[in-house]
Amino acid sequence: MNILVNDIPREINTPTLAAALVELGFDHPAIATAVNGVFVPASNRAAQVLSQGDKLEILSPMQGG
Amino acid sequence: MKLYDTVITTPLLLGTAQYPSPAILAEAIKASKTEVVTVSLRRETADGSGEKFWDILQQSGCHILPNTAGCHCAKDAITTAHMAREIFGTNWIKLEVIGHSDTLQPDVFGLIEAARVLSEEGFKVFPYTTDDLIVGEKLLEAGCEVLMPWGAPIGSGQGLRNPDALRSMRAYFPDIALIVDAGIGRPSDAMQVFEMGMDAILLNTAVAKAGDPVLMARAMAGAVEAGQLAYAADPMERRDMAVPSTPILGLAELM
Repeated sequence: MNILVNDIPREINTPTLAAALVELGFDHPAIATAVNGVFVPASNRAAQVLSQGDKLEILSPMQGG
Repeated sequence: MKLYDTVITTPLLLGTAQYPSPAILAEAIKASKTEVVTVSLRRETADGSGEKFWDILQQSGCHILPNTAGCHCAKDAITTAHMAREIFGTNWIKLEVIGHSDTLQPDVFGLIEAARVLSEEGFKVFPYTTDDLIVGEKLLEAGCEVLMPWGAPIGSGQGLRNPDALRSMRAYFPDIALIVDAGIGRPSDAMQVFEMGMDAILLNTAVAKAGDPVLMARAMAGAVEAGQLAYAADPMERRDMAVPSTPILGLAELM
């Protein structure tokens, strides 16, 4: 299915958020995720099913003031 | 100084953005003597750049204060706070709800709304706000125990645009931790903040964009200490006219 990952179109072959993160190469621990603007805690990623057209945001620590 | 339940001894909070290199950031953190660094969240790349930055921060040993920079509504700020809590493992959040892209002025209405929601969820909210007293009151009612009024627009380095308003804030909220955030450009600005009895400053651009960030971090640390000592020493009142400091008693008559 096709989804948007940080606003970039990506095709994934796995149905859950947890599996998609591994497939997309984002399997390191210092990330947080949101699907369609809603925060998905790490503990819920395995149960979070993705759908065609979903908008996935993957955030990580960054310099800030 | 107490920030919620945490006691810190150096009242200088340091931002981590815009340094020439990660090594200079690490040195500036040491030179500033800060115990609290601010961080943000941005879109991750598959190479794990965010993870590498997080490693540097953890090595600093500082308390981490994540921000919601770039959020223009309460909903985005709340969601970002949730994500920050998970990544950084802290319920501290520097709450920014920006009202205008050019001035980066806080949207105080969205700020109060987000502060209420996050406080109810157990966050320790550090709200980036204006120097408006009533907004300050509303933020305290929303659950904040710290206020972070601006000194001048973020990144402007203008120093304190409205010191009278900040003095009023100090008088109006004598027991609340007040951290002047944004606008500090030079050590003299930092000293002014402490001479008026404020509790702390939050710096970023003034250090990061100095020609020598590490040296400027040292200078800021010195200014913080000098300003605190000056406030404790109770400076003299200003006078309109000269008053001789050398005694005139016993002055020779030479004419």
